[in-house]
Amino acid sequence: MLEIKDIHANINGKEILKGLILKVNPGEIHAIMGPNGAGKSTLASVLTGNPAFEVTHGSISFHGKDMLELSPEQRANEGIFLSFQYPVEIPGVSMVNFMRTAINEQRKYRQLEPISATDFLRLMREKKELVEMDNKLTNRSVNEGFSGGEKKRNEIFQMAMLDPDLSILDETDSGLDIDALRIVANGVNKLKTDKNATIVITHYQRLLDYIVPDFVHVLYDGRIVKTGDKNLALELEEKGYDWIKKEVDGE
Amino acid sequence: MAEDILHEVTQTDYKYGFTTDIETDIIPVGLNEDVVRLISAKKKEPEWMLEYRLKAYRHWTTMKMPEWAHLKIPEIDYQSISYYAAPRKNAPKSLDEVDPELLNTFNKLGIPLEEQMALSGIAVDAVMDSVSVKTTFKETLAEKGIIFCSFSEAVEHHPDLIQKYMSSVVPVTDNFFAALNSAVFSDGSFVYIPKGVRCPMELSTYFRINAVNTGQFERTLIVADEDSYVSYLEGCTAPTRDENQLHAAIVEIVVHKNAEVKYSTVQNWYPGDKDGRGGVYNFVTKRGICKGENSKLSWTQVETGSAITWKYPSCILQGDNSSAEFYSVAVTNHHQQADTGTKMIHLGKNTRSHILSKGISAGLSNNSYRGLVRVNPKADNARNFSQCDSLLLGDKCGAHTFPYMEVNNETAIVEHEATTSKISEDQIFYCNQRGISTEDAVGLIVNGYAKEVLNKLPMEFAVEAQKLLQITLEGSVG
Ligand SMILES: Nc1ncnc2c1ncn2[C@@H]1O[C@H](COP(=O)(O)OP(=O)(O)OP(=O)(O)O)[C@@H](O)[C@H]1O
Ligand SMILES: [Mg+2]
Repeated sequence: MLEIKDIHANINGKEILKGLILKVNPGEIHAIMGPNGAGKSTLASVLTGNPAFEVTHGSISFHGKDMLELSPEQRANEGIFLSFQYPVEIPGVSMVNFMRTAINEQRKYRQLEPISATDFLRLMREKKELVEMDNKLTNRSVNEGFSGGEKKRNEIFQMAMLDPDLSILDETDSGLDIDALRIVANGVNKLKTDKNATIVITHYQRLLDYIVPDFVHVLYDGRIVKTGDKNLALELEEKGYDWIKKEVDGE
Repeated sequence: MAEDILHEVTQTDYKYGFTTDIETDIIPVGLNEDVVRLISAKKKEPEWMLEYRLKAYRHWTTMKMPEWAHLKIPEIDYQSISYYAAPRKNAPKSLDEVDPELLNTFNKLGIPLEEQMALSGIAVDAVMDSVSVKTTFKETLAEKGIIFCSFSEAVEHHPDLIQKYMSSVVPVTDNFFAALNSAVFSDGSFVYIPKGVRCPMELSTYFRINAVNTGQFERTLIVADEDSYVSYLEGCTAPTRDENQLHAAIVEIVVHKNAEVKYSTVQNWYPGDKDGRGGVYNFVTKRGICKGENSKLSWTQVETGSAITWKYPSCILQGDNSSAEFYSVAVTNHHQQADTGTKMIHLGKNTRSHILSKGISAGLSNNSYRGLVRVNPKADNARNFSQCDSLLLGDKCGAHTFPYMEVNNETAIVEHEATTSKISEDQIFYCNQRGISTEDAVGLIVNGYAKEVLNKLPMEFAVEAQKLLQITLEGSVG
């Protein structure tokens, strides 16, 4: 479903991704780990078309379409969702209005009629329950004054609302308390089908206890330098990254 | 791309003439006493009206254009302007003959079909005839003794009221543009609500078709007698292209004891192209007086058009316990300049005023709030609260706030708050990632920001104004 070939990407003239390769099939869960500054969030930005980053080489295809040709909103409406590492606040825009706009844009893209008010409210209620999201939060402006954990929960709520084919969770676990982590992770698992795929970016094994990955990749210096199964995450938790860095840098 | 559409649309000339009975020649350009006499004669005005115009004209010749606003105003040659617009010939006969791009914008704004016809310049009579609501409307108003007519008709049929109230709020000598308007005003509207009458409908909907008509020197007078109420709506959300570059209108409002007037405007005159060529200069004097006790005046404005806006809808709070509100959204894009705000003059005891100004600047534009709150020595317990917010799109535009306070009574409480915020690229990208285009994202954010003011507008107008904000800012981010 997703095929990233030899991607190179810059920000402000500095090369961050240096020939990254990744293939994701429907039904799979991929974990991406790696030291701070390795380029994990950059990968998420490049996949979703953040204009701050410039792709200088390589290709990204999703459902057989060339993503680099599409605008960020087109990619989103093709079914790529990013749970942001740092969700922004949008004062004055209510969650309800925001979500309804997003859903209707997606429906328009797929040549469907706008959602009816009752269907929308039912959907909101159902998905709020899934991530045990407080009504008080959905009555406010997007992320405005939300705590760090509330913002992360709100990301997964939006993911549930939009039902993407590919979800990228960028450190969704950071900032969540122990109970919230379980609730949010269970939410993600409930949304999992054999048609959709998930890329989980995380620093901690803890999240992977709940969301069990089929593959674990180590991203280091702009490339995926090691791939294994879920046991690789355990090994990293124990040993850190030094041994991998040595392996790579020693090459 | 979207910008091009708007550009296209605003390039289209669809101004139409005044009324059918002044099917006439054109007065040559320039301004002198003879031209003033000619205007008055063409309008078949009584002697006192001519005298009024001449007095205004003579005073105007002694005045200079004000220079204190935060505006760069190109030299205006007042002798190269024609002060009497000729009716338009070869108007389209049906919507089929109208530029489809223009119709597209009308549809985007959700403007009803009859109004689209009028705005496109299709023969006015035909349009009016198709608006069946017109007659019932007039009958209802007449039953209640409400006078609502063109200014010219009022001069003819209600000279006593006009002579009593005209210039009672904005004197002929008030300022350069007010004097000019008083000398050459073309037409406008007159409203009188008798004692104890609550006007049963918004003075709006069909009537705003007429508003497009009133030309460059428009004059409005609204009088609300004791215990009466009226909500008045002026302007139009449709992009109005006008070859008249200079607009200098006057609006006067008199609110008597226990009466209330709500005045709402949406101003969308041609703002010039994106390189700053052309566009209307809008120098307006709007002022109301809360004359009697417990009277109430509320101004709501949505300003999106014009190349230059100079406009300060104000209120004199004379009656004890009277109150006034000013709610404003002013949007500037490209090279537009706006210097707008209000004056609240507290004279009576326990008078209250509330100012809420929301400025939005994009492109290379400049947007200033200028507001005066004055509390006179006798205005015991006067209260004012002012909130002035600025929203910036991009980093090449300017937002400025000039609050003036003159408080001469120590029991007064005058408060001022100001904020400045910016739409960030991160916010836009966040919306994009949820499938929302940049234009829609800007629309969402801007409408959220302006919500409190838009909510003050009559319902059907609020919806159009919302869309208008978004259209005005198309192409300003990303
Ligand atoms: N706007 C920017 N200007 C310059 N450098 C940037 C910018 N954004 C990111 N970078 C740099 O790109 C590199 C990769 O950043 P990225 O956010 O992708 O790392 P990460 O792997 O997600 O790290 P973390 O685990 O800390 O979230 C870092 O060195 C970072 O400083
Ligand atoms: Mg990161």
